[in-house]
Amino acid sequence: MPPARLPLPHRPAPSKVAGGVPALLAPLAALGRAVLGGCAAVGAVARFAGTALHAALTPRWFGRQIGRQFFTIGFLSLPVVGMTAWFTGAALALNIYSGGDRFNVETVLPQIVALGLTRELGPVLAALMLAGRVAAAIASEIGAMRATEQVDALVTLSTDPMRYLVAPRLIAATLCLPLLAMVADAIGILGGMQVGKSLLDIAPRIYVTNTFDFLTRWDVESGLIKAMAFGFIVGLMGCYHGFTASGGARGVGRATTQAVVTSAILILGSDYLLTSLFAHL
Amino acid sequence: MTQIPKLRWNSVHKRFGGPPVLDGMELAVASGRSLVLIGGSGQGKSVTIKLALGLLKPDAGSVTLDGVDVAGLDADQRAAMFGKVGMLFQGGALFDSLSVWENVAFRLLNAERMDRAEARARAVEALALVRLGEQVANLFPGELSGGMQKRVGLARAIVGQPELLFFDEPTTGLDPITSAAINELIRERVTGLGCTAVSITHDLHSARTIADEIAMLHKGRIVWHGPVAELDTTDNPFVRQFVSGSPTGPIDANV
Repeated sequence: MPPARLPLPHRPAPSKVAGGVPALLAPLAALGRAVLGGCAAVGAVARFAGTALHAALTPRWFGRQIGRQFFTIGFLSLPVVGMTAWFTGAALALNIYSGGDRFNVETVLPQIVALGLTRELGPVLAALMLAGRVAAAIASEIGAMRATEQVDALVTLSTDPMRYLVAPRLIAATLCLPLLAMVADAIGILGGMQVGKSLLDIAPRIYVTNTFDFLTRWDVESGLIKAMAFGFIVGLMGCYHGFTASGGARGVGRATTQAVVTSAILILGSDYLLTSLFAHL
Repeated sequence: MTQIPKLRWNSVHKRFGGPPVLDGMELAVASGRSLVLIGGSGQGKSVTIKLALGLLKPDAGSVTLDGVDVAGLDADQRAAMFGKVGMLFQGGALFDSLSVWENVAFRLLNAERMDRAEARARAVEALALVRLGEQVANLFPGELSGGMQKRVGLARAIVGQPELLFFDEPTTGLDPITSAAINELIRERVTGLGCTAVSITHDLHSARTIADEIAMLHKGRIVWHGPVAELDTTDNPFVRQFVSGSPTGPIDANV
């Protein structure tokens, strides 16, 4: 007869959450899920970007669609970008006037306004305006097309949605934003000039001469390179979130929000990276 | 020699996270025949068609068109395949930014690169077949009723003289006279032009008119497949309940 065993002291089983993970490890599990989800999302965006770039850079191109997107993304964004630039240039000049008198910085007001606009504010603000106006519109349009089977219909009509829907938007956003940034630079400088004339009595001709004497070609070019990168981001995020939208009207709304938020974050992040890169050139 | 079916679903399995939508489905349709797929809502009828079009990939099994696995086609082969396929989507799936005639002539303009004037003339001809006049051609989809949008979608499906046609609820939302005309048009495509057609419908009158054969899908499998003449005589309990519309029987009306 086997010896009688002493009963083991009762030890409660570790409490479990759904999915069988001990409660103690739940935060780690959640962190792991978030990291895996983030990696999957980055991979999905990179894959989408690769396919979209291939569609944008190789024939066949849909000229009518590209023209339509140039009008929608470029021309129709002029008023909002122009107004933003004017107010920004004027506000920047006002700040220099009111805050810079402590060290006589108002004497170089035109130069600071021009530098701030061409290198930073022109491309960034034009891109943020485009993220709000264009990325949202692209995501909602393509998302609605996805929800109503129009994207499937394109495939059954022997037309590649990447070439017909994505490539034209990507091309137009990437090429239009540098043009819009140039317009923003010019209008912003005009805004600064208006303040310079009314508060510091700087003659417009002198303001413009000072601006152009000071600015280098690289000041403008670096801003335009940034704008091109930002335009690509806006087009890509709008198309990606629209293309991956699911769940009807709610899904389209969520895709629209994500397109704007991710565009804005990526614009500001890549702005820092590009500025760092340019600083070392 | 055994003839290869035009279209065949070979033990197809498909699920979207939850229970299987298709669970080993077997079905085939011969060339020049009109097959109508019936079944309750949410039984996977639209998924069945999307798998045949390559818009979805099966988890297991295959769908073959003329003996070739649809899921294995590359982009060029798929584009060529779609050149001989016409599809009417349940909601029409018209492109909002294009006029009615540009929608109908979309394949002619973009895939076949036809001259715009010629493509418009072909679109107007197709619109006449679905009983829509030329005055509709320049309108936009948003200016049309749901039934008219459906007919424009149908005109788009038949404009390229396809060999294989798919219709997802072709007569839903249409008045009886237009429904009869659409049924006649589908029948004429099959009998007169030798097209193969696969349709989904809940409209049994339409099914009796357009079908050579009918298959019933329930819980991811074909539970009955037979000639249209046997629809009203079969003793299959699923078909009997579906045809009679009785809430009691093997099909649970609760979701």
